[in-house]
Amino acid sequence: MTPFSFGGELFGMWNWLDAVVRVVIVVTAMTLVVMYLTYGERKVVARFQQRLGPTKTGPAGLFQAFADALKLVAKEDIRPTNADRWVFELAPYATFVPVFLVLLVLPFAKDWGVRNLTLGMFFVFAVLGLNIVGIIMAGLGSGNKFALLGGVRAAAQMISYEIPLVLSLLAVAMVAGTLDLNQIAMLQEDRPFIVLQPLAFLIFFTAMLSEMHRAPFDIPVAESEIVGGYFVEYSGIRWSMFQLTEYASMWGFSVFGSVVFLGGWAFPFGEDWGWGWQLALTFMKSIAWILTIFWIRTTVPRLRIDQLMAFCWKVLLPLSIVQLVANGFILVYDWPQELLTATSGGGAVLLIAIIITRSIRRPKNKYVGSYRQVGVTS
Amino acid sequence: MSIWPDEKVLTPGEAEFDTVDMTINIGPQHPATHGVFRMILRVDGEVVVDCEPYIGYLHRGLEKLTEANDYRQAMGYWDRTDYLAGMACEHAYVMAVEALAQIEVPERAEYIRVIMAELSRINSHFLFLGAFGADVGSFGTSFIYAWRERERIYDLFEEVAGDRMFPTYMRVGGVAMDLPDNFEQRCRWLLGSIRQGIEDLDGLLTGNEIFVERCRNLAPMTSERAIALGITGPILRSTGLPWDLRKAEPYSVYDRMKFDIPWRPDLQGDVFDRFWMRLSEMYQSARIIEQCLEQMPKGGLVLNPDLPKTLRVENGEAYIRYEGTKGEYGVYAMSKGGNKPYRMKLRSPSFCNLSALREMVIGSYVADAIIILGSLDIVLGEVDK
Repeated sequence: MTPFSFGGELFGMWNWLDAVVRVVIVVTAMTLVVMYLTYGERKVVARFQQRLGPTKTGPAGLFQAFADALKLVAKEDIRPTNADRWVFELAPYATFVPVFLVLLVLPFAKDWGVRNLTLGMFFVFAVLGLNIVGIIMAGLGSGNKFALLGGVRAAAQMISYEIPLVLSLLAVAMVAGTLDLNQIAMLQEDRPFIVLQPLAFLIFFTAMLSEMHRAPFDIPVAESEIVGGYFVEYSGIRWSMFQLTEYASMWGFSVFGSVVFLGGWAFPFGEDWGWGWQLALTFMKSIAWILTIFWIRTTVPRLRIDQLMAFCWKVLLPLSIVQLVANGFILVYDWPQELLTATSGGGAVLLIAIIITRSIRRPKNKYVGSYRQVGVTS
Repeated sequence: MSIWPDEKVLTPGEAEFDTVDMTINIGPQHPATHGVFRMILRVDGEVVVDCEPYIGYLHRGLEKLTEANDYRQAMGYWDRTDYLAGMACEHAYVMAVEALAQIEVPERAEYIRVIMAELSRINSHFLFLGAFGADVGSFGTSFIYAWRERERIYDLFEEVAGDRMFPTYMRVGGVAMDLPDNFEQRCRWLLGSIRQGIEDLDGLLTGNEIFVERCRNLAPMTSERAIALGITGPILRSTGLPWDLRKAEPYSVYDRMKFDIPWRPDLQGDVFDRFWMRLSEMYQSARIIEQCLEQMPKGGLVLNPDLPKTLRVENGEAYIRYEGTKGEYGVYAMSKGGNKPYRMKLRSPSFCNLSALREMVIGSYVADAIIILGSLDIVLGEVDK
């Protein structure tokens, strides 16, 4: 008898039943994770802001997520009179389903996802591209101008940032030589791909923040401008589906990003220490990823839409194409792998340098603390 | 058919490459309007074509109420004008009544008033910094940072006056009661905490590339235009004109204080400069408070003892100019005898500053319109009176 393994069919069940069981496990885990992500975000953000966050619901506010869920389910589901009925009502599902589909191919441990597709990475960005449809539906169907602005902003932003996102992932796929997420993870057993492709990592991280509408790219949902953007007219359960989508995509992206760049379940010692360690690795990496997102969210203000677009088309896109071309040369001529690190590292330094020189060109340092040395005038 | 009935419905023939402007209504319930201000934007995509401000949602008839109440009672309405700096408004009000009735104020009371007014100014500017950071989009972090110091200032107000936001602490001829025993110590501790708070916000906002990028060169204003529009206070000073009534026409004990009007050679009156000006002013206010604590007589009266129980004023009129937190806070008082003013008029700085909004906003992005409004730092209690 072989020892218990996550690979292969679970307990020798029929294929379809196996798939159902796995989907149920992943969706349940995801729901729990998302609920506690909302709680975690409130706690972490509160700490960043010198607050306590939820404390009253259960010990340390641990049941806050359930209380919120209960409240949202019990709320009235309002549809504005001038909303386009079916577009309005179906929009949450149209954003919700693609994000959940992404979870089907993510390997949480060796060979363990719902299904292990050989074109896993391709599936992920194909499916994520559908997300935008739901958001435009919500923006257009709500019959609200804030929602319309939000939807249009989201469309412009997500379509633009999808290009550097996909290009940066393709760079990794070139290095890995496969689109199978499980194999990509396995190839990173000794060194994660972030070492080989730091530039792709930076581009991916930035574009991912933009795709998820997290700060500093939360332009489509800008609270202080268009009060929530495309979901401004939603309430109750439909609103909570948008929230669920947001957090699910955050988690999905984190697991996906850690599989592609940080070695997923394989780095370090993934193969040696068994599936428990592999699951722990996946979770630790995705949590670290998510905490970084929270950290950025609490610290930086929001960009303006033209600055956002300029950053995408003038900085990220050329750099990701350069990365792709450099990878091509190195891989075709079989040059040593260190060159990958060197070129991509150079690109990463360039990207950071672009951002820093911009801030130097505007003499920002002159202003910090300048209130202490103001000139005497009277 | 258009889903928005107020807009022109385009037929397919004329719709080719033809666009209609969209009207968005921002406010009176909107997180960026800082109260109940309403601004109707006409936008072409993301660019603002026209802006129409609406005010009056918070009108409470301050001037009429003042005429209907006697001098002591009316003060409760005046700290609700600029409700972020209640003490400063009270100070202006009592100064106007004192000028009208020619009443002397004990020296210690003058110092106490200046301390309270400057604490109010710091308080108000902290709220500006926090709310402005939130406008630019920093998810409330700046807001909470600012709130920490504001709470401490309010705690001190509570200890001194018994109330936090609307203390009604000043009286015609002095202040209501003397300071508590440990005031000086607490105030010095508070000043340290305020300086730390300024440092924190400075690091969080000014030190952020995105913030500076958003604010620099946005809606600049020349001193001439600012004067033409009647703009005063930090917005006028941010155009490079060092005009501060505390220096230009010192009242109370400001002539004994050493402080600077913040100034930089490259001031151009843009959104960032308005932010920088308020940040720097808070530091100067802290300096003023420190000097007050040193110079203040250690004991003595805080209320003029010769005052009658009910103040009756002879015929006359008076106008005082006060450097409020938002600009020149002018109070005109007129008496025709009796215990009530015949007429009282407030020249509210926020109202005048708001007149610059339209020309600043037109041509900018919607996102910028929000932060331009935020940078004007209006307080609706003062605009609508």
